[in-house]
Amino acid sequence: MIPRPQVDWFALAPVNALLLATGLALLCAVLVPRPWRKGVAASLCALGYAVAFGFAVALYVRSAHGQGVVADAFRRDRLAQLATMIVAGSGLLSVGLSYRERAREDHAAEYYSLLAAAGAGMAFFVAANNLMTLFLALEWFSISLYILCAIDRDRLGGLEAALKYLVIGSFGSAVLLFGSALVYGSSGRLDFPGIAAAGGEHDALLVFGLAMIIAGLAFKASAAPFHMWTPDVYEGAPTPVTAFMAAATKTVALVVMLRVLVTAFPTTADLWTVAIAVIAVCSLVVGNFAALVQRNVKRMLAYSSISHAGFMLIAVSADSLLGARALLYYLIPYGAMSIGAFAVVAARERELGVPVTFENMAGFGWERPLLGISMWAFMLGFAGFPLTGGFVGKFYVFAAAYRHGSTWLVIVGVLATLVSLYYYLGLVRAMFMRRTEDLQLAPIGGSPPRDAWLQGSVVVCLVVTVGTFFAVQPLIDLAKHASAGLPF
Amino acid sequence: MTTLLIVLPLAAALIVWLLPLNPVSAGALALLAALVEVGVWIQMVVRYDFAAGGLQFSERRSWFSDLDVSYHVGVYGFSVWLIGLTVVVMAATIAYAFWVGRERVRAYMGLMLFLTGAVVGVFSAQDLLLFYAFFEAMLIPLYVLIGVWGGPGRMGATLKFIIYTMAGSLLMLAAIVVYGLSQNTFDLVKIGESSSQWIFLGFVAAFAIKSPLFPLHGWLPDAYRESPPEVAAVLSGVVSKAGAYGFLRIAVAKFPDPAHDFRVPILALAAIGLIYGSLLAFRAPDLRGVIAYSSLAQMGLITMGVFAVNDLGLDGSVLQMVNHGLVSATLFLLAGMVERRTLTGELGRLGGMARGRPALATVLITTGVIALAVPLSSAFAGEFLILAGIFQRGWGWALAGAVAIVLAAMYVLRLISAVLHREVGPAVSDAALDLRPAELGVTVPLVACLLALSVWPAAISEHSFRGDHGGADVASQFK
Repeated sequence: MIPRPQVDWFALAPVNALLLATGLALLCAVLVPRPWRKGVAASLCALGYAVAFGFAVALYVRSAHGQGVVADAFRRDRLAQLATMIVAGSGLLSVGLSYRERAREDHAAEYYSLLAAAGAGMAFFVAANNLMTLFLALEWFSISLYILCAIDRDRLGGLEAALKYLVIGSFGSAVLLFGSALVYGSSGRLDFPGIAAAGGEHDALLVFGLAMIIAGLAFKASAAPFHMWTPDVYEGAPTPVTAFMAAATKTVALVVMLRVLVTAFPTTADLWTVAIAVIAVCSLVVGNFAALVQRNVKRMLAYSSISHAGFMLIAVSADSLLGARALLYYLIPYGAMSIGAFAVVAARERELGVPVTFENMAGFGWERPLLGISMWAFMLGFAGFPLTGGFVGKFYVFAAAYRHGSTWLVIVGVLATLVSLYYYLGLVRAMFMRRTEDLQLAPIGGSPPRDAWLQGSVVVCLVVTVGTFFAVQPLIDLAKHASAGLPF
Repeated sequence: MTTLLIVLPLAAALIVWLLPLNPVSAGALALLAALVEVGVWIQMVVRYDFAAGGLQFSERRSWFSDLDVSYHVGVYGFSVWLIGLTVVVMAATIAYAFWVGRERVRAYMGLMLFLTGAVVGVFSAQDLLLFYAFFEAMLIPLYVLIGVWGGPGRMGATLKFIIYTMAGSLLMLAAIVVYGLSQNTFDLVKIGESSSQWIFLGFVAAFAIKSPLFPLHGWLPDAYRESPPEVAAVLSGVVSKAGAYGFLRIAVAKFPDPAHDFRVPILALAAIGLIYGSLLAFRAPDLRGVIAYSSLAQMGLITMGVFAVNDLGLDGSVLQMVNHGLVSATLFLLAGMVERRTLTGELGRLGGMARGRPALATVLITTGVIALAVPLSSAFAGEFLILAGIFQRGWGWALAGAVAIVLAAMYVLRLISAVLHREVGPAVSDAALDLRPAELGVTVPLVACLLALSVWPAAISEHSFRGDHGGADVASQFK
């Protein structure tokens, strides 16, 4: 008889809560009558995320000392739980965004089921403690996202996006898998601490493996030069899905990158810190300069998300506690700003029925003051203005880079921020400083329906964006405890 | 008390934004808040112990402790006067905007109040990061105020303004990160001096653009021309002082060695700006151009006073900051009032407005005479102190300053005669009214402040630094 490992079910509770929500939401598709189907499935999904969030908080409190569970395949520690909280929060907000999305009516149950499944995969991903679970979890949430992109089968853009995401994402996964094989070949171990202990310093096989793992994760984090899929997929996918991808996928990819690099590859830190710094600079350059010429707001936000991956990678490349703190702090306002910005885009999309460009945002700020001002705050946050958490995040990133001795990264970051002002403030200009009469398109009939769920989500995002500026200390403490378990 | 001064306008801004008030009550509420703010400031002046000097009314709460960043505010003698300038000018501009009746009053008034809070924050922040946060926060309302309510060329003007100022600010952010981390604190009072020239230049870039200092004034003419007049008044009267204040509070005090090494280039730029700005003001074809370029010149003079780093120069520059703030705010408001009557600011189409409009003529001439630093005026006292201070650093600098004072007389007199005297211009109709009581209510208090300062300039010049020794105060880094 095969010996079974001891399973710490509590450690798996967030994942299981979301899996349960997945299953129940899928059952809705057949068991619940059509008029109620969407509501029930959405509530189940939201409930799953809320419960997962609660479990993550409980686990965070009760996992002061990280430990491996399920034969050390899975890590119960505060880093994973903090990331799970961000994912669960993003998931909840995405449910709010999705509820009134028009095309949601026929595949409502499947949609919410997949949304919960993606969250479960992500919660598993951030806790992965060996290369096998890492890959499995990566595929788990990726496949859910591929389908979510294509769920509007009548939208050609969505299909194209999904196909691109599938092909390039699979390529990224394959690279990651190949890298894992090389690392396993070199060290003979799959678990991260084991790889570190095997410590083949600058063994060619290990270095190649490391490079491929970084590339695979950078695909998911949409960092340049592995970003090619991002603009098309962000543009083509249904906007709530884009919002979820921008916030949650990026969070988990960066957190896992931090965990893998720090726990499994400390002996090659001299190599990967440079590699990550180079990727960060590429992302900042590509993201910011490409965003300058975009007229479609979703594409602009996609490039902006690439440049933010660059900022957060600066924190990873610092290879220090301060860097880890900077990354984990940054993710919180960043997630809120991304979801909020895409939510506003979604609102405008529903109003006009065409892709949202800078031109047809004209006058939006005055027509819908709540959404307009929120969007303004999100743009200022992305640009790192004070009164938003984006400012403190950037400050921490720069501080980490300086402490690590890479003052040049501070300069690059500052210049990138300067470039980014043009397009972030460009959107503010489009919304507030142009008259509605400039708008060539008429809204599709009547005033837009009130969408309390979407507006509620936007308000939550706004509160988080601004609140993170004031409540820095508690969040930094959260991040500090989360990163305390990492072996720096 | 300092916190109250910062929070009061911010809270009022939130109330104006959130409550569904009608335009009149929104404007009245904003004006009321601005006046209460002035009242609180008067309390502060009364209770500030000028004999003891130093940092008072300070409040400190940790913001995030691992990098030693805190919410630390407090005021020095000179900050009291700069805050006073801010609250008085903001009250006058808010009153004027209320009277003129801007579109979307709630948004407008809220932004003006928000700006007030941010500027007061800049003048009282005693933590580098907090200072930066307020410094940037000023930009947000200004961007919208110019971009939404500005003239036809507002898009270009805001873009230029934002790119210039943010370029400077971000260099300052990099400098702040490096400076704070190398000293292990961001507290402006605790932090030690640094001899790094790069950090110094990072700060100087931000302040030189904000002031502005030649040749970084590219944003200035457009921003001043395209803004609504009251926003231009705030921009040149109050916001530009944030740059000069930064020079004084941070660049000179915390970087004595680099400030010494770079004194000659900075003084040279200031002197060039002074002469060049005065010449451009003399040639400018429109009202706002004259005031805008005179502002460039005056900021050059103030910067010279700060970088003289001696008792006379520092006293003079603080006095002149307040003087120039009041003068340029009054002039921009008057320019707005003239433009409302004639629909143009072109000097060639104005003229002869004094006849039948005694109030306008009196206010404009009084302000103008103070602006050209006629003896016994407060500006004369300020400029004289600066020249005396800068003379100790070399007679050439004082000569440049003296030449500029002559030029100031030329451009101010040209402005006065072009608006008030000569024959009646084509844009001036006989029906154009004299200043209305409300307009007088806005401008007369500002002019009264200037006259009071003319009577007793020592109120500021002898009550800005500890024991009236600015040089020693700076050398001790205001500790």
